[in-house]
Amino acid sequence: MDELQEKAKQLLEAGTVQVVIGHAAGRGGRRPVFVRSPAQAGKLVHDDGCWQNLATYLGKPEVRKLGRAAVVASPPVLRAMVQLGAERQLGNDEVMALAVVTGGPVRTLATLAAIEGHLASLPDEPPAADRTELGRLAAMTVPERRAFWAEQLDRCVRCYACRASCPMCYCERCTMECNRPQWVPVASHALGNLEYHIVRAMHLAGRCVQCGTCGKSCPLGIPVHLLTLFAERSVQQHFGQGGKASGKPVFAMSTFRPEDSETFIR
Amino acid sequence: MSPEYQIGEGSLEALFAAITADGRRIWGPRAAAGCIEIGEIRSAGELARDQVHPISSAKAAAFPRVEKILSYRMDGKDVAIDDPPLPARPTVLFGLRPCEARGFCALGTILNWGTPDRFFNARMERTTVVSIACTRSDEACFCTAVGGGPDHPAGSDLLLHPLAQGGYDVVVLSDKGRALVALAPDRFEPARGAARIALAKIEAEFQAQEITEQLPRLFDHPIWSEQSLRCLGCGACAYVCPTCACFDIQDEADARRGVRLRCWDSCAFRLFTLHASGHNPRETQGQRWRQRVQHKFSYMPERLGVLGCVGCGKCSRACPVDMDFKEHLTEIAKFS
Amino acid sequence: MMEKVTMLASDTASPASAQANVFKPYLMRIARTTDEAPGVRTFRLEFVDGAEGARFNFRTGQFGLYSAFGAGESTFCIASSPTRKGYIECTFREMGRVTSALADCEVGDFVGFRGPYGNTFPIDEWKGKSLIFVAGGIALPPLRSVIWNCLDRRDWFGDIIVVYGARTVKDLVYKQELEEWDRRQDMKLVVTVDPGGESPDWKGKVGFVPHVVEALAPPSEEAVAVVCGPPIMIKLSLPVLEKLGFVKDAIYTTLENRMKCGLGKCGRCNTGKSYVCKDGPVYTLKELETLPSEY
Repeated sequence: MDELQEKAKQLLEAGTVQVVIGHAAGRGGRRPVFVRSPAQAGKLVHDDGCWQNLATYLGKPEVRKLGRAAVVASPPVLRAMVQLGAERQLGNDEVMALAVVTGGPVRTLATLAAIEGHLASLPDEPPAADRTELGRLAAMTVPERRAFWAEQLDRCVRCYACRASCPMCYCERCTMECNRPQWVPVASHALGNLEYHIVRAMHLAGRCVQCGTCGKSCPLGIPVHLLTLFAERSVQQHFGQGGKASGKPVFAMSTFRPEDSETFIR
Repeated sequence: MSPEYQIGEGSLEALFAAITADGRRIWGPRAAAGCIEIGEIRSAGELARDQVHPISSAKAAAFPRVEKILSYRMDGKDVAIDDPPLPARPTVLFGLRPCEARGFCALGTILNWGTPDRFFNARMERTTVVSIACTRSDEACFCTAVGGGPDHPAGSDLLLHPLAQGGYDVVVLSDKGRALVALAPDRFEPARGAARIALAKIEAEFQAQEITEQLPRLFDHPIWSEQSLRCLGCGACAYVCPTCACFDIQDEADARRGVRLRCWDSCAFRLFTLHASGHNPRETQGQRWRQRVQHKFSYMPERLGVLGCVGCGKCSRACPVDMDFKEHLTEIAKFS
Repeated sequence: MMEKVTMLASDTASPASAQANVFKPYLMRIARTTDEAPGVRTFRLEFVDGAEGARFNFRTGQFGLYSAFGAGESTFCIASSPTRKGYIECTFREMGRVTSALADCEVGDFVGFRGPYGNTFPIDEWKGKSLIFVAGGIALPPLRSVIWNCLDRRDWFGDIIVVYGARTVKDLVYKQELEEWDRRQDMKLVVTVDPGGESPDWKGKVGFVPHVVEALAPPSEEAVAVVCGPPIMIKLSLPVLEKLGFVKDAIYTTLENRMKCGLGKCGRCNTGKSYVCKDGPVYTLKELETLPSEY
């Protein structure tokens, strides 16, 4: 067994956790796995193919029922756990992390405070490939960008894989499900799709942990993560809200300060 | 079935031109955003060839993701209801996998159960399906486990077999297929028994009948919650599936006019069966996963006489968390 | 698996252009509204097209989808009896988007109606038998249709007994009907409210419906029971009826499930392999016990 598998096995043997949420080999890739016995710990793998943000399972009732969990956590997963803590979805010592970097050591972090401390030493930014794509988008004119997104989002079928795979989309009753009023059309026509993705990006602005899982989850390859990354970067640039910190979160999108610049209102 | 014709690779462009000149649109596998999808193509050059499967199915040609089923006008207390005009633009689906074509049989059976669905039927009447038999398969394919195969004819109007020399054998399966050949008769030569590229070998790891027999007794079994632990409850599998037909009905209106739309829906969503009171008959993802399998492999065969799965594997390929349907179904089939 | 290698949609005999649009509702005018209880309202609907109305027929137990134009459709039983021609009635509680839009409608407004859908109470098979109807709260509407249907065919049946209860006096629906049934000599009506739900001038019974049924002890010989109410009421009434000797295929109920199409196609309302919109909504207890409780 490698270090990850060994540490998972120990946690399960000691009864410290009842389940280790990680990745295992799947058909042609990696799949999320829920290891509940020490003997099964050998299934756990971590490499660059493990892209799903496992923190999304921390809100799933069927997973919570399994008991106390440890999550095999790459940096975006760690960021998600801290953000969930800041939003009072996770208690400080409710979930453990087995912090991993591909090819690097495994660190056992028992509290959100420990995770936050560990994150301080890690870069907080999207993957390089996504940064390049963001640059390409930023270099477009507004009409070019509008045309790009209109074409991409026209293909969207509203399967909500993006929402379901996102750890920060944990609302039990999503805005999309509200029908009084029907804020966003249910139907997957061009306008409805545009509205859904814009609303989602706005709801994530300032909260997105920049994992890119939403875009990778899209079965049709629509790069929706670029929308949320773009919104996240804008919030960081304009409001200085950046990094994932616990304590009282200040959401730029829902906080008013008298000194806020209001050049758009005359 | 023996082929009547063969058509050269180089003739496809002319065939497409003839189809377009006839006022028909062409849909087929094409590249988009790093994947292969089914969409409108205007030339044979746009046709994607190297994939085993496009990520999406062609069902949108007959069962679009948004369909207007009614419109109405409101004027004070008065309301007038209008029937939407039936879709009229003929379509050729070119380059489908035989399993995708077979999916239209199940789709039509569901939508026409008990009462006719004029919208689906109108589109199907105007749709000609040209499939290409499979010379390759991948790990997600399981057509042979559900009564299909790499050259199964059901649902196709023309079935093409790739030839070793290039080009295709053409098997004519219907009047619609024959009518398509007649659009470019000089491009279809009589078949000469040219050597075909061997069909893909897809080993069946189970038989659908085994699952159908097991399902009633497995209803309350923990296997459903176990298999669906990683399921996120999105609609990816249902929306790429050639046979999934579950839908929602939504009104979009202002004070003066409105439309009633039929939209794709998925049994995997929590909202699908949620009562207004808050009660949900399928509250857990395990119950919803069970519904998916039971519906396709038990209720549909028993009530509609047709299986709800063609073994294309698109569900597995589309799933963001690798819910591998072949793997899950094999486990269910072998359960003892 | 039997499969035909033919053109698709070939089982439908006529071309699509000749097929009806099964999603198109009848246009109905609200002829009368009655406020039954807080948030509960009855509409009497007449067909805007009189010829359609004259042709229209349904059987007791069936339901329809009612449109609030602009908001959408909602599913309610047809609460009137098929013996009464020229109109249909529905009773609904204001719960969500569509029912709220309906609740805003007035006499003279147009709504849509699609139906009749579903199966029926087999009252022909009940000839010669006594009937006991047990209903709770907002679940009286589906039974109202069959009660009136049976009263309009009174000589087909033996005794007719109706036990109806609600949480409080205010929550009783069809108050006018209840007075009419109370006055009739050819049936027995017992109305009850939950303990604590009575008003100072309440003359009916006080007690939960299952207890009232048990105390009443209606004979089960050559009798049929029809039960409809909130899940807890049904759950507690069924053992009472069985103890009184009602056999499982002589106990009927109607189910509700989330519906959209009403035609067995949208995939939503099934409980196990049974589609509530096609195989139901009327089920015997015997049938229900063969199905999983996905409702």
